[in-house]
Amino acid sequence: MTTTSPVSALRETRDHVVIRFAGDSGDGMQLTGSQFTVETALAGNDLATFPDYPAEIRAPAGTTFGVSAFQIHFGATDIRTAGDEVDVLVAMNPAALSVNLRDLRLGGTIVADTGSFTERNLSKAGYSANPLDDGSLTPYQVIKLDVSRLTLDAVEPFGLGQKEALRCRNMWALGLMLWMYDRDRQATVNWLNQKFAKRPELGRANVAALNAGHAFGETAEMAAIVGYRVAPAVAEPGEYRTVSGTEALAWGLLAGVRAAGIKKLVFASYPITPASSLLHALAGLKAHGVVTFQAEDEIAAIGAAIGASYAGALGVTSSSGPGMALKTEALGLAIATELPLVVVNSQRAGPSTGMPTKTEQSDLYQAVLGRNADAPLVVLAAATPGDCFPVAIEAVRLATKYMTPVILLTDGYLANAAEPWRIPDVDRLPAFLVRFRTDPEGFHPFVRDPRTLARAWAVPGTPGLEHRIGGIERDHDSGHISYDPENHERMTRVRAAKIAGIANDIPLQEVAEGPSRGKLAVVGWGSTYGPILQAVRQAREEGLGVSHVHLRYLSPFPRNLGALLQGFEKVLVPEMNNGQLVNLLRAAYLIPAQGLNKIQGKPFKVREIRAAIDSVLDEGR
Amino acid sequence: MTVVTRPTEPLAPRDYASDQEVRWCPGCGDYAILKAVLKTLADLQVPRERTVFVSGIGCSSRFPYYVSTYGFHTIHGRAPTMATGIKLANPDLDVWVITGDGDGLSIGGNHLLHVLRRNVNLQIILFNNEIYGLTKGQYSPTSRQGTRSPSTPAGSVDYPVSPGAFALGAGARFIARSIDTLQPHLVGVLKRAHAHRGASFVEVFQNCVVFNDEVFADFTEKAVAPEAQLQVEHGKPLLFGRARDKGLRLNTTTLLLEVVTLGEHGVTEKDVVVHDERNKGLAGMLLALQPPTFPMALGVIYCDPAPTYEEAVYSQVPAGANAAQADIEKLLHQGQTWTVAG
Repeated sequence: MTTTSPVSALRETRDHVVIRFAGDSGDGMQLTGSQFTVETALAGNDLATFPDYPAEIRAPAGTTFGVSAFQIHFGATDIRTAGDEVDVLVAMNPAALSVNLRDLRLGGTIVADTGSFTERNLSKAGYSANPLDDGSLTPYQVIKLDVSRLTLDAVEPFGLGQKEALRCRNMWALGLMLWMYDRDRQATVNWLNQKFAKRPELGRANVAALNAGHAFGETAEMAAIVGYRVAPAVAEPGEYRTVSGTEALAWGLLAGVRAAGIKKLVFASYPITPASSLLHALAGLKAHGVVTFQAEDEIAAIGAAIGASYAGALGVTSSSGPGMALKTEALGLAIATELPLVVVNSQRAGPSTGMPTKTEQSDLYQAVLGRNADAPLVVLAAATPGDCFPVAIEAVRLATKYMTPVILLTDGYLANAAEPWRIPDVDRLPAFLVRFRTDPEGFHPFVRDPRTLARAWAVPGTPGLEHRIGGIERDHDSGHISYDPENHERMTRVRAAKIAGIANDIPLQEVAEGPSRGKLAVVGWGSTYGPILQAVRQAREEGLGVSHVHLRYLSPFPRNLGALLQGFEKVLVPEMNNGQLVNLLRAAYLIPAQGLNKIQGKPFKVREIRAAIDSVLDEGR
Repeated sequence: MTVVTRPTEPLAPRDYASDQEVRWCPGCGDYAILKAVLKTLADLQVPRERTVFVSGIGCSSRFPYYVSTYGFHTIHGRAPTMATGIKLANPDLDVWVITGDGDGLSIGGNHLLHVLRRNVNLQIILFNNEIYGLTKGQYSPTSRQGTRSPSTPAGSVDYPVSPGAFALGAGARFIARSIDTLQPHLVGVLKRAHAHRGASFVEVFQNCVVFNDEVFADFTEKAVAPEAQLQVEHGKPLLFGRARDKGLRLNTTTLLLEVVTLGEHGVTEKDVVVHDERNKGLAGMLLALQPPTFPMALGVIYCDPAPTYEEAVYSQVPAGANAAQADIEKLLHQGQTWTVAG
């Protein structure tokens, strides 16, 4: 049943809410959070999610390093971040409580499964006494429920073993939360039935648990259990879906290849957190002309992608920081031989192994500068999960038009986070058909288009165009190997000019919020988009003169960027790294940009950026 | 620039040569290998536009510049990876990978392993000169122990790897060996390699005249060659020697091959092993034979075809799948969607 409570008139209204589901990594918190997200999207709220996985696959049950969490920020207003503070913490065990309590706002709500607060679990989480009973949680509203017992009761008719029955706890908790925020359950019921199609008794048990949690909310007379209403957000008319960065990226790459008129997308990569999901997503698209290749290592992945582009497909590879480092030499080959290539970097905390499941944006230097010799290429960055779609298309356009590798920067947060996305009109996507060279007249492999400076793309299989290319420097006018001194300088400059000239083929930099001149510009790139936007909006609502500029093109920079930034007295660059864009801007435009650096494996909170805005504006006085 | 005319007569070996001046050292074994390859291409009349030579780094890897087909001179050790990408993008291209003992078995060992394991349909020619030529003479993974070189002035201490044994262990389905100057033999081996569907591994003993001259003299020198080389042929007994009176017999106690002489101790041809190129165990034993106790086994030592990598990959791709016509609309609308009214 999906009717809402008859006492819905008694629900309190909320503008926006942040819920974090937390439990053991075996408890299904990601599934729970994802389903709550679906129901929330269907309810018409704007939303942003933040899944927070532990690095281990399945740490010992009940330990603090095994805690997995899923946060969703949803509301009637424009939601751009996963939320500064948590309003409701659903804690399925003591470790989940202990790890996540510090992010719960004072006065926030805890929903705790008392059945899992056993002595053993308490001790594994580092508690000497039960926090649910010892008064330490008085600053919060605590809803103590024996979810374990209630679930066992709900699924009793289905004859499951104890372990399987208890695994339905997450659905019970989900049911309660769906009631609490007045969401429907039908999509989740359908999903459960489909998921357990081969074991219908499990499907029915989970649905029963879901319904029992929901019914509990409706009928329980517990003062702490209050129902809320969060109105749908105002949205531009159209067809919507939720999308994660990974999905948007996969579809965007395919849309780009289609726009280029290329018959095959060859995607080669090596599993690495948090980028593996892109390989999985594309591996499911064979029917659309996508060939995926799980290579033996990172270097083989980019090697295969380069070979594929050489042979007339579009080669794409993807990794995270350490894998990008391995691809460096091959990137140089792609630059020297001027082949189209898209390289996706889902950044994570480094250096070295770092924190694989924690987000960061510290590979900008590596992308823009990190090769031997003068080796420029194009660097783009996506700002939100949905933004990965147009940025991927743009990466394909620039790679194929200019015969160059393009590095597309995202991060672990964007890859996994979801948001509602207005599905673009496919018919209005740009087309940029590639024209392979076929005419032998006047051909040599490095003959260039005078406008783009791109060399011709002559594909093996084409009669009359047989030629050899390689990494050794080649003569500008014949394409043959050349060690001539002046030629090398000429080639270095033409490679640089080709990339620099792309600035004439990309949009002018716009201001995301605020006027194009003023006291302060907050300049960001990548997934800091949401927190910066919200902080700048808040500040502007209070009359502060601050603007938000967000970069998609990191190399080359847009041709008006220098002039734009010089129109502001101060420039603040928040980054999840130790200062990279701030220094690139300082070097390019001789402006005294300042950095705001958070390097904790977590996104910025809106208030952190707001505090920095206030502080910078105060400096002048 | 000259306009390319399509020849109406069959192509001669020189038609497969590019116009580039060959820059190997005078006397280098690579000239002989190039000659053999050009002859092979001409004998087979391969279409130049569909042929690609892919190489890594090393003297061997300059090869593509001297052939008038498509060519890609890549980076050290990684040619098999580009070659795999080429085959995935266009399985109809005829791909040759040119590598050496350093490029293929030192930095490139991992990629060589996987391209053989996967059985990608291409031909690999590994020029084994047991030294690093291009970088001026350091020892390589195939150098014999005690090799004196600029980086090992007291003699190298490493145990060498056998390219053939490595290929067999990697799962290669075609393994052959020849010598740079053994011309008709080398051409025959290359033709067999080309005809084989799957990854064909050919090791060529190549003489580096400047840094490792005559390193294979123990079986290539004219005086010893007939007694020191065993040219195997499927279905024929493993006989060698100027008088073809020596053979290999399997000792059923040690399970090892041993050299026997026909006519001595009652040995007849019936005792000599008949080569079976599908026999993996025999291949392993032949590949391990070393002079002076044994002859060096040459020819097609192992050939047992299996489905190729690209065949398997494409068997999972629906026929006619074309990214240029991808149904993006359907993809974007799959799963749960909702409408916000205008």
